[in-house]
Amino acid sequence: MRKTFISENPSILWFIGLLGLFTLAVVVGSEATGTGLISTSMVKTLGKTLCLCLIAIAMDVVWGYCGILSLGHFAFFGIGGYAIGMWLMYARTEIIVLNSLEGQIIPPTSQEVTDAIGNQIFGVVGSSEFPWLWALSDSLFLQLLMVALVPGLLALVFGWLAFRSRVTGVYLSILTQAMTLALSLWLFQNDSGLRGNNGLSGLQNIPGFEQTPQAVISLVFFLGSALALALGYLLFAWVVSGKMGSVVQGIRDNEARVRFLGYRVESYKLFIFTLTAVVSGIAGALYYPQAGIINPAELATIASIYLAVWVAIGGRGRLYGAVIGAAFVSLLSSWFTGGGAPAIDLGFYTILWTDWWLVLLGVSFVCVTLFFPKGIGGLFDYLIRKPS
Amino acid sequence: MNNTLLEVSGVSVSFDGFKAINSLSIQIAEPELRAIIGPNGAGKTTFMDIITGKTKPDEGKVIWGERNISLLGLSEADIANAGIGRKFQKPTVFEAQTVRQNLAMALKNPRGPLAVLLHRKTPSNAARIEAIAEEIGLSDSLPRIAGELSHGQKQWLEIGMLLAQEPRLLLVDEPAAGMTVEEREKTTDILKRAAETRAVVVVEHDMEFVRRLNCKVTVLHEGSVLAEGSLDHVTSNPTVIEVYLGRGHA
Amino acid sequence: MFRHLLILALGLGLAGAVQAQDLQPVLQTHADEIAKPSRGSVSIALDDLIATGAPQVSDFLERWQNKGVWQRDDDGIFYFADESGDDLALQDIDSGAQLVVPADGFTQLKPNGGVRRLIGTALVQFQLTDPDADRRSTAVDSIARRPDESQLAPLLKSIDGEADKQLKARKIQLANFLSASFAPDASDRIAAINSMSTDTSIEARAVLNQILTVTTSVSATEPEGNVARILTVGGDLSQSEAYGRLVDAGLAPPVIAPNDIRDALAANVVDGRAGGMPTAQLNTQAAREKAYAALAQAGTVPPLVTMDEQRAATENHIFFERYTEETPAITEAARAALDRIETRVGVAQTVDLTLDALSLASIYFLAAIGLAITFGVMGVINMAHGEFIMMGAYTGYVVQLFVPDYTVSIIVALPLAFAITFAAGVVMERLVIRHLYHRPLETLLATFGISIALQQLAKNIFGTQARPLTSPAWLDGALVFSDVIQISYIRIAIFVLALLFLGLILFVLKRTRLGLEVRAVTQNPGMAASMGINPDRINMLTFGLGSGIAGIAGVAIGLYAKVTSEMGADYIVQSFMTVVVGGVGNVWGTLAGASLIGFLQKGIEWFNPSNTLAAQTYMVLFIILFIQFRPKGIVAQKGRAAAD
Repeated sequence: MRKTFISENPSILWFIGLLGLFTLAVVVGSEATGTGLISTSMVKTLGKTLCLCLIAIAMDVVWGYCGILSLGHFAFFGIGGYAIGMWLMYARTEIIVLNSLEGQIIPPTSQEVTDAIGNQIFGVVGSSEFPWLWALSDSLFLQLLMVALVPGLLALVFGWLAFRSRVTGVYLSILTQAMTLALSLWLFQNDSGLRGNNGLSGLQNIPGFEQTPQAVISLVFFLGSALALALGYLLFAWVVSGKMGSVVQGIRDNEARVRFLGYRVESYKLFIFTLTAVVSGIAGALYYPQAGIINPAELATIASIYLAVWVAIGGRGRLYGAVIGAAFVSLLSSWFTGGGAPAIDLGFYTILWTDWWLVLLGVSFVCVTLFFPKGIGGLFDYLIRKPS
Repeated sequence: MNNTLLEVSGVSVSFDGFKAINSLSIQIAEPELRAIIGPNGAGKTTFMDIITGKTKPDEGKVIWGERNISLLGLSEADIANAGIGRKFQKPTVFEAQTVRQNLAMALKNPRGPLAVLLHRKTPSNAARIEAIAEEIGLSDSLPRIAGELSHGQKQWLEIGMLLAQEPRLLLVDEPAAGMTVEEREKTTDILKRAAETRAVVVVEHDMEFVRRLNCKVTVLHEGSVLAEGSLDHVTSNPTVIEVYLGRGHA
Repeated sequence: MFRHLLILALGLGLAGAVQAQDLQPVLQTHADEIAKPSRGSVSIALDDLIATGAPQVSDFLERWQNKGVWQRDDDGIFYFADESGDDLALQDIDSGAQLVVPADGFTQLKPNGGVRRLIGTALVQFQLTDPDADRRSTAVDSIARRPDESQLAPLLKSIDGEADKQLKARKIQLANFLSASFAPDASDRIAAINSMSTDTSIEARAVLNQILTVTTSVSATEPEGNVARILTVGGDLSQSEAYGRLVDAGLAPPVIAPNDIRDALAANVVDGRAGGMPTAQLNTQAAREKAYAALAQAGTVPPLVTMDEQRAATENHIFFERYTEETPAITEAARAALDRIETRVGVAQTVDLTLDALSLASIYFLAAIGLAITFGVMGVINMAHGEFIMMGAYTGYVVQLFVPDYTVSIIVALPLAFAITFAAGVVMERLVIRHLYHRPLETLLATFGISIALQQLAKNIFGTQARPLTSPAWLDGALVFSDVIQISYIRIAIFVLALLFLGLILFVLKRTRLGLEVRAVTQNPGMAASMGINPDRINMLTFGLGSGIAGIAGVAIGLYAKVTSEMGADYIVQSFMTVVVGGVGNVWGTLAGASLIGFLQKGIEWFNPSNTLAAQTYMVLFIILFIQFRPKGIVAQKGRAAAD
């Protein structure tokens, strides 16, 4: 069955092949392998971009295929990041604390160790108690489980409530936006137990690998992100092909008709919403150790809208379009805002791209929506169909 | 009638004070071909909405099948799965997908997300799709995108999707609208054949089309049944003439 | 009551003999205390000075307080003096004769802060009867800030001669406060306390709370004195708190804390063992306590206090609160008065909260009504609506740059903001939205693109820091009903503006041709078109109208909040909530939505005043739940927007 699925969708092979080549090129060029053509920070940027591509295909499935314009998927991304960040922070602080308590005449009790860790982590919000949220933070396995479970459960409950009462269209978009807003407002509080607006930091230091250079760690995360993207692509390509794809796209185009065919539209939406939320969580869990820090500002409602922008620019309803959109816009954005783009001197005024990039993005986004509703991916159709 | 499939009794519904359906009672047998006619606003579409679960009536009962299940508490999907298929007035097929995909989606198979996700193409399903395509005359068009079909072909595709659901009751809303004469004839044939094994209810404006169906006719007016019987019988009914002609020719 | 106080004043009778007298001799008597005063000794000098009743006393005290008194080193004579360069402009304290001399040979008196305060207190009684009303008022304020027993008599004395009515009332109130605390006779105090029970001012409550101050103590026997309440261990006090009090009172040995146990063990390690146990095993609390017990047995460390011992110790004692005021009748009266005041304050707070909520609701209404109109008529979500609000606010700011008079500038800014945002809305409708009808999600995203572009554009033009939009002076300040209930004039103005717009929009929609056409398009665009209404024109005008109102809302919001490029984003989500909760496309729905959200937000803030973030979180959660149960909002609408 896998054979027929792949052979029916040759674009998957193309995608995996290109991703493989790209990965190989980065591995060869990285500092870890000695050539040093690509700096470690560049490897991190590329690795993060792959994670953004992963959440972008999730967004494409939920929006481009299923027609739910969710403005909440970046919240799931952030939750994934927080879940893994809690373990990273706990485990690393534990090592530091144990080292500092090493030389004492009387060995520390477990309570003393926990108190010292709590002091280190929560001192910044004026507390030293471990909130209940952190109950599982000493276990990598359980926190990894949380990466998938928490976004999944949140999406399940929220989706069940929303889809059950048939909230659709822009209403649903606003509702998901409200959910994201509530989450980020809650995280901004000091007593949320997640260090308020300080967020979690130092996530690039992997406990147990203190001696390993960042060049190697970043390459490992890059490879992990590439693998996750490949697997995610396969998973979603499989989901949206075949009968599931038919039903899901049918829901996008005419929900009522699908209902009269006897499909429980709510279940399908819930399935897609939850599945993409879980994948978003995993993408976040891979992203934030490469970014090094996560704070509530990352979850702001605007981030989720940017996600929609990427997918729209890349081209909705095709998975590679989402990848192109996310990679293109996010890399371009860091090039422009990072001062990479040369300033344009008009004589009477100098255009600094750090100031004007957002204006350019906004306007080009409007143009894409108006004139190229199929996005960059639509160009492929044009190129492919031209000869025939 | 001892083989009653659907029994609608005393159903009323009003929108903002306007009574769209007023203690309506209709019985449909299995198999049966039934035409429902009536002027605009007689409540034909609302009647279908009530049966398929889109609109909840204020009062009355809708009883289905041998086990006398009430359809009122069920969702649209449940009602569809119970064996009621509906064709809308405007052709609503999934235009972005191929004819084959459209039919495959409608084919009677488990409807749960997991079953659908793990669904595999089987020769028997393929054969069923071919057979239905044959029936509706779209055999050659199976790989085509549904959006490219002509208006009539879309109507047939939708009827084909209904047949693929293998429902016991088909509700067909104005199937002949916008069709050429040949297309109408073909549509009549499809519906008549379908009615040999199941109940088919056709809502129609067009008297010529109804005459060609040659079946029992129910006349709706202001949300309740005005007359019932053969077409000739009802068209000779003076009230029906007044409602139709009196208003149409005023 | 007032008469009562007068009798009290006569009884106290501090009126000294008022006659011309020289001050210098008295000063010389206390020369040391005056030249180098300390807080302990200066009061005798002050008392004697005041007892002279000389008119110069007030002047002297004031100068002394402000370091304007110098002493000649030769003979110790005091002078008023002003320093100018190396010279001193001397003035004789009694005669007022003036003379300029070199500063050498004179020493400036520099009383320290504590002494200056005492001088100030002494001064107050002179200032209370000062001919200048401002100074009298300052004196009263100073008493209110630092009430003291000694001020009661002069204050009472000054009431009769007070010409200013307001000041007189204030003096009586203050005299009441003072007598409640300091009157020598208990019945006078109770009378004063009772008279305060209708006074909801913060001062009155502070006075009563002062009288009701309690100290907690512990005793082994039945407590004595004016006991406020007995504390139960486990209820009012936790076990460890209670034991801590016993330790503080010296009634029980202190608990050895885990840290102390560890340190004691660490200090007593012999051959790698402490208390007979290898140190490596001391990594649990139980093992440590065992080892410590062994050490205690040997007498090296004080013994542990076990939980049982702690419990027994607390059970043998009574913990209680005692009023510092000894007379029960007075504390009872104060308690009763405070209870009555608090009931009144509660009512007043509810009223205040309602006013707050009302003004918040009117802001949300202004911000959301434009959005509601475009959403309702066109089914279009305009994500750039917030940026139109911002545009309006910046328009106000720019107008103020050119028109310095704030009143005029606001009058200019309101229609100008409407015109500019109306035009912007029409342009946006023509260029973008027109091409995206029936694709609501695309509209949402395209308008979002416009929103980020506009926001960044504003940032590039006006910078990132907040710009002021100053309200005219007549909008400064607040309408004060009492200490509890007050509402700023700006908020009243915004409320009035919201009411005006409600009326205006209702008028436009219900009474004009445009409104009729708008309603027709809303309900059935196809039918409206066939009746000769041009939906394109209606859509354009509607969008312009909605945007124009956003511009006006921007001016209003800018007046009381900051004008930044991000202010629109701050309001956009709330505006969406308002529209969605209220129900789309209906003015009354928006009003209901804005009221619900405004009242809800204030209500939640009232329950949890310290944490506005939590309040917002709960509000958003509530709205998410609300939409579950009423997906179409409070006022559901039928028509084009309801169809999707």
